Amino acid sequence: MRQNTALAVEPDYDVRAWLAEQEHKSLLRFLTCGSVDDGKSTLIGRLLYDTKLIFEDQLAALERDSRKHGTTGEDIDLALLVDGLEAEREQGITIDVAYRFFATAKRKFIVADTPGHEQYTRNMATGASTADLAVVLVDARQGVLTQTRRHSIIASLLGIRRIVVAINKIDLIDYDQATYQRIVEDYQKFAADLGFSSIEAIPMSARYGDNVTRRSENMGWYQGPTLLEYLESVPLDEAADARPFRFPVQYVNRPNLDFRGFAGTIAAGSISPGDAVVVAKSGRASKVKRIVTQDGDLPVAVAGQAVTLVLEDEIEVSRGNMLVAPNGRPHVADQFAAQLVWFDEQALRPGRSYILRTETDQSPATVTDLRYRINVNNFAQEAAKSLAMNEVALVNVSTQTPIAFDSFAENRATGSFIIIDRISNATVGAGMIVNPLRRAANIHWQALEVDAKARAAQKHQKPAVIWFTGLSGSGKSTIAGLLDKKLHLSGRHTYVLDGDNVRHGLNRDLGFTEQDRVENIRRVAEVAKLMADAGLIVLVSFISPFRAERQLARDLLPKGDFIEIFVDTPLEECARRDPKGLYARAAAGEIKNFTGIDSPYEAPEAPEIHLETAGKSPEEMVDAIEKWLTERDTAEQEYDDGGGI
Amino acid sequence: MLARLSHLDRLEAEAIHIFREVAATFTKPVMLYSVGKDSSVLLHLAMKAFYPAKPPFPFLHVDTTWKFHEMIEFRDRMAREHGFDLLVHINEDGVRDGINPFDHGSNTHTHVMKTVALRQALDEYGFDAAFGGARRDEEKSRAKERIFSFRNAQHAWDPKHQRPEMWKTFNTRVSPGESIRVFPLSNWTELDIWQYILRENIPIVPLYFAARRPVVERDGMLIMRDDERMKLHEGEVVENRLVRFRTLGCYPLTGAIDSDAETLEEIVSEMLVARTSERQGRLIDKDEAGSMEKKKREGYF
Repeated sequence: MRQNTALAVEPDYDVRAWLAEQEHKSLLRFLTCGSVDDGKSTLIGRLLYDTKLIFEDQLAALERDSRKHGTTGEDIDLALLVDGLEAEREQGITIDVAYRFFATAKRKFIVADTPGHEQYTRNMATGASTADLAVVLVDARQGVLTQTRRHSIIASLLGIRRIVVAINKIDLIDYDQATYQRIVEDYQKFAADLGFSSIEAIPMSARYGDNVTRRSENMGWYQGPTLLEYLESVPLDEAADARPFRFPVQYVNRPNLDFRGFAGTIAAGSISPGDAVVVAKSGRASKVKRIVTQDGDLPVAVAGQAVTLVLEDEIEVSRGNMLVAPNGRPHVADQFAAQLVWFDEQALRPGRSYILRTETDQSPATVTDLRYRINVNNFAQEAAKSLAMNEVALVNVSTQTPIAFDSFAENRATGSFIIIDRISNATVGAGMIVNPLRRAANIHWQALEVDAKARAAQKHQKPAVIWFTGLSGSGKSTIAGLLDKKLHLSGRHTYVLDGDNVRHGLNRDLGFTEQDRVENIRRVAEVAKLMADAGLIVLVSFISPFRAERQLARDLLPKGDFIEIFVDTPLEECARRDPKGLYARAAAGEIKNFTGIDSPYEAPEAPEIHLETAGKSPEEMVDAIEKWLTERDTAEQEYDDGGGI
Repeated sequence: MLARLSHLDRLEAEAIHIFREVAATFTKPVMLYSVGKDSSVLLHLAMKAFYPAKPPFPFLHVDTTWKFHEMIEFRDRMAREHGFDLLVHINEDGVRDGINPFDHGSNTHTHVMKTVALRQALDEYGFDAAFGGARRDEEKSRAKERIFSFRNAQHAWDPKHQRPEMWKTFNTRVSPGESIRVFPLSNWTELDIWQYILRENIPIVPLYFAARRPVVERDGMLIMRDDERMKLHEGEVVENRLVRFRTLGCYPLTGAIDSDAETLEEIVSEMLVARTSERQGRLIDKDEAGSMEKKKREGYF
């Protein structure tokens, strides 16, 4: 990094002393945001250029690029310094957030240059989530626009309390004070309810540098600081962290039987050996024995430090749990209210199962109630059934297992979460927790009728009757058993109805006549239907030789819930395997009405899945079935969206 | 009143947090160890993150067969001293085809021996997360990259559809075949790296310090003749010049600078008056505009 005036090297300076001084500078993380073409990238280019952080080779490249892609005529285009993606340079827009680093005599800065286009709002949110301050740009010719408001609301939701309103391109309105005043008043009026602790307005021209790092000679009427002066002097909230101790456990470090340490980053407060802690979710108490680091044990560790804690007692703590102060505990709940920003092109649907991820914990979760959507233009609360990309809402969230959390207002680290799509694994939303909900207070669940849909939603799955049909010895039970295990492991609620087993109980009064076989299937189909109604995925493994009975079972169930799998193994192969010795006995005439020998098997004409078992392992076939099921669930989701229910 | 964490303390804590997050959530992580100063810092941080245990993942070096000899010696010494599991991968197809930076140019050489080689190694071992030492201040397209940077099953980066990355809450979920590149040093600047090396006494390859070395001036760069494979062009002479390297890679592609900085302090003060950015000494960025982004989309680190 090249020197600027502040970094200028004296002839006989001491590098270590100079570095020590650098290291203890404070750090301000901020973002630039606002509407398209308000000049965000140009502003950052100007800051880097004026603080002399542009190297000669970068300047030469910039001059080349300006001639090729520039939008500033003969002048160098400072925006090209930060728009690093090819598509960005070609289109002259910013798509994704860029992080830039610079330092002055007083401070170090990390600036996130975020895109203005509405479709890239999620990238703006990414930049805002780690910022302490937002510079909101406004084009002096345009005034406050929808994106100005949207970005301000998102900055507010993400906990940013200090705003600089940079009224840019002031040169294009002849440095007119009246226009500037009008825009400032507009913004202040709009932002009054956003909870900002300070709003600093600065008139500037990023292109020509007025009031960015040097005072403008064109605006005698402006007495306030330049942008850089303000950024260098704005107070940081660095008071000693007096909040109760929070330690989200990230990783259990257990290299041998003698050492069991809990690794993580302290999210609030401080800790010393001997301090009492409790496990947030279980309430089990212990004391801190050691604070371990490679550089030696520490006498104290504070918020922001990544350490490893060893406790006095062997108590159960795993990743996702939290060690906390006994006298100031976080909430532990499976229902809470949160502000949610939606990122995905596929809208949020209440009731659908997503993965909720906090800093170290995760759980399947659903939005049980969309309480209201926030209109980004006027902050109005509007009723909504779904939440589209870039929209913001207050929602109730229900997680499958309880999580430990604080409100976002108390702690950005322990009060936030992201939402992940179960199928695509995309990050589709981000949430800021407002408060826990006691079940009694959750009107939505009370009002909900407990029907098949509700029971299924509670299990986060789509019920199904997976009906395996095929000859005796074809492999139905083996495959069904393996599939059962696999689904169970992935958190699905299942039950297997097996032909032989059912005949020992429910159907022990039935024989093998054609009439009894039909009744056998009817009863099993009815039981499967009840189980599917209860929300289960039922695996039925029955020879079920007749089409009509399988059709009967199909008709009992809602459309799409009956999945017929034809386990297709040739008779010769089944007879060769003959796992129960039945073919031999049938051939010897000891068993009558044996399917395939002296009773017909009517192969399915259009099964959902046709498994030709020859040459395939049961595991391969189970994988194929699971894939099919996953695709069914995905397709179903898309169908739901299209239906606009 | 408790002491405020310094700037470096914060960067260190962030990197350690990232290391642990990967170890806790991925099945088969690996650290890409390129032997340079950023790798030295990464190694140091990985040791800290899991102390008293060793890092629970192997270190992979993609050897193009054109690295400086001193880098290879340093690499093997580090593996011995720290006791980490070192994997070395060479693209044998490239070796068989005789791919080299002199005859095939930096583009082809880097693509075959580095990008393709890396993809081979990742596929062969089935790693689902790979740490790299890239920093956002190095280059414009790096400045845009997430800390947890998603790669599809073809190892490609799609800069237009990066996952939002909120707070320190990382989305670590991938489907089979997909992977994440993880950059714990994203928020470090070059100055931070040097400052940290100085503070922590981290060993680095001696090539970073000035010494008399045999160099040839070629295409405006000072190339060190590290072995006999480098043929001299007409009119070229090998000079023994006092030089050092600001960045390390394949020796035919890495320019030296004239310098008498023999200590870390001298390197830092030299850097404070430097007039060119760090990657300028690397031939690969100059081939075409946006070339780093292009390489990254193809799976380069």
